Amino acid sequence: MEGQGSGTHPTVGTYVRVFGILVIVTIIEVGVFYVPTFQRVIVPILLTLSAFKFVLVVMFYMHLKTDSRFFTFLFGVPLLLAVAVIGALMLLFGVLKIA
Amino acid sequence: MAFWAFIGSECLLFGSLISTYLIYKGRSTEGPTPEILNIPLTSFSTFDLLMSSLMMVLALAAVQRGDRKWANIWLFATAFMGMIFLGLQAYEFTSFVHEGLTLQANLFGATFFVLTGTHGAHVTVGVIWLLTLWGVGLKGGLTPDKALNVELAGLYWHFVDVVWIVIFTLVYLLR
Repeated sequence: MEGQGSGTHPTVGTYVRVFGILVIVTIIEVGVFYVPTFQRVIVPILLTLSAFKFVLVVMFYMHLKTDSRFFTFLFGVPLLLAVAVIGALMLLFGVLKIA
Repeated sequence: MAFWAFIGSECLLFGSLISTYLIYKGRSTEGPTPEILNIPLTSFSTFDLLMSSLMMVLALAAVQRGDRKWANIWLFATAFMGMIFLGLQAYEFTSFVHEGLTLQANLFGATFFVLTGTHGAHVTVGVIWLLTLWGVGLKGGLTPDKALNVELAGLYWHFVDVVWIVIFTLVYLLR
């Protein structure tokens, strides 16, 4: 399993390090869920950690860090649209409130 | 390029399902609530999918360097981890049904099963795709010039993984 991917792809070592970070962040997420002290700030913490994991997988495992910027555009625009739709609908239905 | 456009459209599909779940999960007047969700089990499922993503990139790297033996091993391992995820999801769904949470029980049940079930269906498609590639690999068909075929399957598989990263946080941890 030693060796590297193609010239534009990360190395196997990078893949393994990214996996290690993903596992550690997941453990932190579950830890935050169970620690009562964090309950007041659990939403921003978990959303941030989740977004961090999402970006890591997309950048390194899906190779958007090194692939064409146009692929980032093709993926990023619908993703931002989806996030906007989720936020707008939650505001519209009163699940999310602006103070 | 077309595959990235497809993945972009999938973002919108899951965006609509996630928003529907978030809007309706707290509006059930009877039946089980999100408190029923099993965090230890789904934490393991999350670890399982993350591990499968690592195996997928290792499979791609092996194909690119012409290492047929490890390409086949990692491809099957990825599919196997996907099957474990599906088995855990089947166990979770079955236990929920026994506790009274069904698709028709309440708004939480309807939106939860549609969202996680749609994700599970995507995992199933991914497992079939990976097993097909594994079959091709066993016949010696996964040469470095065919690496794009594995890369596309990998893109799909990692997308299924990132969707689960979002579902795990929004559905399970922020219940």
